[in-house]
Amino acid sequence: MGAHASNTKRIWQVFIYLSVLTIVEVILGILKPDALFHNELFSLSYLNWIFIILTIVKAYYIMWAFMHLEGEKASFRWSIVAPMVFLIAYLACLLLIEGEYIHDVFKTSSMRWIF
Amino acid sequence: MGATVTTAATKEKIWEGGEDIHPLGASYGKMMMWFFILSDSLTFAGFLAAYGFTRFKFMDSWPIADEVFNHFPFMHGVDAPMYYVALMTFILIFSSVTMVLAVDAGHQMKKKKVATYMLLTIVGGLVFVGSQAWEWKNFITGTYGAVETRGGEILQFVDKDGKRLALADFADTTMAREDAALTRSKGVWGMTGGSNTSVSLNQVKAGLEKNPDVLIRTQYTVPGNKHEKITLNREETLKRANDFKFVVEGANLVRNEYGHKSFGDLFFFITGFHGFHVSVGVLLNIIIFFNVLLGTYEKRRTYEMVEKVGLYWHFVDLVWVFVFTFFYLV
Repeated sequence: MGAHASNTKRIWQVFIYLSVLTIVEVILGILKPDALFHNELFSLSYLNWIFIILTIVKAYYIMWAFMHLEGEKASFRWSIVAPMVFLIAYLACLLLIEGEYIHDVFKTSSMRWIF
Repeated sequence: MGATVTTAATKEKIWEGGEDIHPLGASYGKMMMWFFILSDSLTFAGFLAAYGFTRFKFMDSWPIADEVFNHFPFMHGVDAPMYYVALMTFILIFSSVTMVLAVDAGHQMKKKKVATYMLLTIVGGLVFVGSQAWEWKNFITGTYGAVETRGGEILQFVDKDGKRLALADFADTTMAREDAALTRSKGVWGMTGGSNTSVSLNQVKAGLEKNPDVLIRTQYTVPGNKHEKITLNREETLKRANDFKFVVEGANLVRNEYGHKSFGDLFFFITGFHGFHVSVGVLLNIIIFFNVLLGTYEKRRTYEMVEKVGLYWHFVDLVWVFVFTFFYLV
């Protein structure tokens, strides 16, 4: 794990990656290009997909470099990351689909009074 | 046969909490910190998923984040969406960098360097918590004010060009207030009612009738465009005034001037829970900082404790990255 070697170069490199990703997010968030903002894929605009993907990339760098998962044994790394990724993705998918369904019921269904 | 026999040789691989045996190649403390982080991240995921659920459920009446979070220190009245939270994100990322530099210095047993970087991390954490407090202050105080209808809908006010109007811009304050404000000096324990808003409901109604330029903007979005709210015309605006029920200024846990009620609750709850984590992190960092100064880890010949508290600190940063995305960007 390079216990005594200094990793400062890698740290600053990751800091630059994280900063650039954040700046890109902020610029996109302020400009909101129409083509990305008003077109959708699976109920989410392209812009939101970009934000979510960039956020996951940022999370990857924080966990792998700052929290030093890249230096841990693969078995340890995946015993943490695999349940996390699976459970969060599972929960998010279920709740978002359900949320949109309820929205549609409130909006269009004749049965909304009993719902 | 061989597989079921337990011999002395296989017994060695069973972890009995010994000092030298490390399952998964990690020390006990570090592993438990990681599994705490796993469980805590699932808690946060639950909150954020609940936010996503609520938002999808009320997709056509959710507030627009850019209109809510548009303040920047020393730039009063300037519309500056995103910049402030972006700054907060940088502060937290940077304090993560100083933390990881402290861990790195710990690997090389450089006590002074560890202490310096820990101190910088603590300062970064405090600045972040302070920024969040300022953000909350703006959220609670509000900018424009709105009116809630009998049906619980939030109505905001705009002029002919769609520019937002504050209640004070058009409310008829020459009129006497119909509500007795139950201030601390006037009220008796147990009394309910009254109001502490700057203008009363009747003053808003009268001002609305007097100024032909004032229009109501509903909390619902234009069909086919999630990013634009419906503005009523003058005739509909006057008709809608009959539904007025409360003057809403700023935000609390019951109602907020930005729009749907759940929005305020989720904002307070999720950013509050994150802010609580940051505060705990600062506290832990301070304890470890003093231990470093006292030479505790020098004597132990290992700075692993800095690494463990560092894991927690990075986790706080990790959560903020997601809160930032889902509250401010998406």
